[in-house]
Amino acid sequence: MTRFNAFSLLKNALSGHKNWTEQWPDSQPKDEYDVVIVGAGGHGLGAAYYLATQHGITNIAVIDKGWLGGGNTGRNTTIIRSNYLYDESARLFDHSVDLWQNLSQELNYNVMYSNRGVLMLAHNVHDVQSFKRHVHANRLNGVDNRWLTPEECKEYCPPINISKNARYPVMGGALQERAGTARHDAVAWGYARGAAMRGVDIIQNCAVTAIRRNPDGSVAGVDTAKGFIKAKKVAVSASGHNTQVMATADVRLPLESMPLQALVSEPVKPVFPCVVMSNAVHAYCSQSDKGELVIGSGTDQYVSYSQRGGLPLIEHTVAAISEVFPIFNRMRMLRKWAGITDNTPDRSPIIGKTPVKNLYVNCGWGTGGFKATPGSAHVFAWTIAKDEPHPINAPFTLDRFRTGRLIDEAAAAAVAH
Amino acid sequence: MLLIHCPYCDETLPELEFTYAGEAHIARPENPSEMSDEDWQEFLFMRSNVKGPYHERWRHFHGCGRYFNAVRDTVSDKFLTTYKAGAPRPDLASLTEGLK
Repeated sequence: MTRFNAFSLLKNALSGHKNWTEQWPDSQPKDEYDVVIVGAGGHGLGAAYYLATQHGITNIAVIDKGWLGGGNTGRNTTIIRSNYLYDESARLFDHSVDLWQNLSQELNYNVMYSNRGVLMLAHNVHDVQSFKRHVHANRLNGVDNRWLTPEECKEYCPPINISKNARYPVMGGALQERAGTARHDAVAWGYARGAAMRGVDIIQNCAVTAIRRNPDGSVAGVDTAKGFIKAKKVAVSASGHNTQVMATADVRLPLESMPLQALVSEPVKPVFPCVVMSNAVHAYCSQSDKGELVIGSGTDQYVSYSQRGGLPLIEHTVAAISEVFPIFNRMRMLRKWAGITDNTPDRSPIIGKTPVKNLYVNCGWGTGGFKATPGSAHVFAWTIAKDEPHPINAPFTLDRFRTGRLIDEAAAAAVAH
Repeated sequence: MLLIHCPYCDETLPELEFTYAGEAHIARPENPSEMSDEDWQEFLFMRSNVKGPYHERWRHFHGCGRYFNAVRDTVSDKFLTTYKAGAPRPDLASLTEGLK
């Protein structure tokens, strides 16, 4: 695999870009691996990358039923932020934002991380109080976040309507300047390439049908569409299908899978400089480098694996966007899609060990997993390698639903939480 | 847009009239004080999250206001049947016969 730099770019330009080598081989499974990771999204590929680079484990297979990055990694709205209320969440998500800063350099792959800022608008007294509480809690945790007046919001993001006559007038906003966006496909590709360079096999279009266990209960390997693969450790990060995969190992999870929709507009010239979220009106929006407005909708209220989602939500979302940004009300939308998110009752993820020996799970990211990709992958790799949680993911156990030590971000965070 | 049949109103109406109320047939504990932490975890949080025909509760919120149960295929989102709360689980085999 060619390392990307100015020299290789120039060399390949002179030969008409016909001699680039493949970025990762389409591997076929071997009989046995030290670690098998189920799910080749950002979290799974990232875990393989960190296992290879930081823990010296390279005999790894990442197996996916589809193509890599084709699930929620390629279906989110690419927003990155860490302005979570509770200490545990702030540590986890800020760890991720720390890793985002130099991710392109580390992976030698441009993930187009852009810390353009995330602005969360307050439209009523409750919003103002709750967001100011967030600002203070974040600052105590070393997470940047500050309060803006409506005029400052308008200055930061001119398309916002701050008219007093708006149906839901803007009363201020909380701005996290270190937050922003990244190109989601490139995150999966960068981790895949980095992992493959170090000997990790990425096996696509090969569904894992069951996790097989030894007579003593520990993990033996996985049954796949391409036969049985023996594994010392199995790690599952299969987003919407975690319930089904883990059920084959008799592990029940507190998850409900629901479609989360998003849509993009026709591309236009740069008009929208940051990410804006509005909880009360339920709109969030940013502009991609291609020029499309990237608009997040909500989750359907019912369990579904359809990857489509219902139209009433799209209608509601577009109405909300027109309310907060009247200049977009005649913009045409190009396409919409849905990803299947696995939601926990407290809307915080589960990253850690399971009751089954040598089986690990990274699930329950619900509607907010993309932003956490590097941090989650990093602590998940640690957990797999050392068979114990990293201090950052130690509170995010499966056991918390038995002990009651929930991390109840549900009512406290962004628009879709 | 889902079309949902309310078994009380006996009408098929758009999903906007209804709210979702999670998995069906999860009985409240009869002796809460005798429940272990594991039992509470199971009752409060664990859901079967079926991919396929799923028993679930809906409420006809902007109508009669009553809860009822449904069987819906979570892959196609197609409703196989709806039935009144308290009624036994319908026979899945007969419901899914037409789908194959």
